[in-house]
Amino acid sequence: MNNLKVLLNGIVKENPTFVLLLGMCPTLGTTSSAINGMSMGLATMAVLICSNFVISCIKKLVPDMVRIPSYIVVIASLVTILQMVMQAYVPDLYATLGLFIPLIVVNCIILGRAEAFAAKNGPIPSIFDGIGIGLGFTIALTLLGGVRELLGTGKLFNVTLYSEDYGMLLFVLAPGAFIALGYLIAIVNKLRKA
Amino acid sequence: MEYILIFITAIFVNNVVFSQFLGICPFLGVSKKVDTAMGMGAAVAFVLTLATIVTYIIQKFLLDAFGLEYLQTIAFILVIAALVQLVEIVLKKVSPALYQALGVFLPLITTNCCILGVAILVIQKDYDLFTGVVYAFSTALGFALALILFAGIREQLSLVKVPKGMEGMSIALVTAGLLAMAFMGFSGVDKGLAAVFGLN
Repeated sequence: MNNLKVLLNGIVKENPTFVLLLGMCPTLGTTSSAINGMSMGLATMAVLICSNFVISCIKKLVPDMVRIPSYIVVIASLVTILQMVMQAYVPDLYATLGLFIPLIVVNCIILGRAEAFAAKNGPIPSIFDGIGIGLGFTIALTLLGGVRELLGTGKLFNVTLYSEDYGMLLFVLAPGAFIALGYLIAIVNKLRKA
Repeated sequence: MEYILIFITAIFVNNVVFSQFLGICPFLGVSKKVDTAMGMGAAVAFVLTLATIVTYIIQKFLLDAFGLEYLQTIAFILVIAALVQLVEIVLKKVSPALYQALGVFLPLITTNCCILGVAILVIQKDYDLFTGVVYAFSTALGFALALILFAGIREQLSLVKVPKGMEGMSIALVTAGLLAMAFMGFSGVDKGLAAVFGLN
């Protein structure tokens, strides 16, 4: 029951993108379509779950002084593993997401959760926190990618909903990322207050 | 001539913030006042250029030489983290005035993704050391330009009435979108310059 609460907390109350406003670089950089956004979200979630688990297991072994560097090494190793796995099995996706995969290391969500949750809780709740925050991030990225893809090209998950001629190209380009996210945050703010 | 092209392209055409989406966290976080934006811009320029030199040397003489390319991510992030610490310690001793100005921003820079991003890009683009340094420095200038412009707008923005739901980050993001649109006006300038310099 408690674990379920931790899970929901990450998706709704502490949604990393819409509420905490963390990890903005991949959020804006990889959401040119719903599928790209979702893949980036899932890749980050995989690293987050593993890093939360590992860090919560080793938290008593690590001296307080070198806490942050040790966490960064753990995260960087996990990201390297992810890079290799993606290169081997989904090379196209790896090429699309490009630079943003190694940059998961400096995603503030991951280090933030390590510090705020995994370093204080046991391994099992940490895994649930990783799933929750990861899902929240994935949902946000998919939503933003979906909005941009739909407005920009008239497609959603590559399914054409209306002719591309009526699409606003701006939303697929860089400025559209900022504008779409700005309005999505405004809508989420409104819904949270209601 | 090639260096001028890289310089102008990195600042205006492929601006780190507006077209590559690197360093968005400090861009949104430390852009409330022009003074702090300038401090952050200077700190990033300093660390980014240094970090590019150091990571380039590590890549060529350590990772490539011993076939350890897969350790790139781990090696780079550790080097950057250590470098930031070192810069902080050295600055404190050597130039207290500069430390006063940049000090608060230095710890924030470790998690600034444009440092790691540019270090990796320089290797990916296969630049030589000097070209890499020119690229890194102009990228940092592009970051500083974006940050200072945005801070100037946000200072004005804090004085006007904003619809309730849009307050805070929401209106800031939409404003950043408009700025990014303005920067799109530079697209194609790089090709024109390349033609003028006869680099095609």
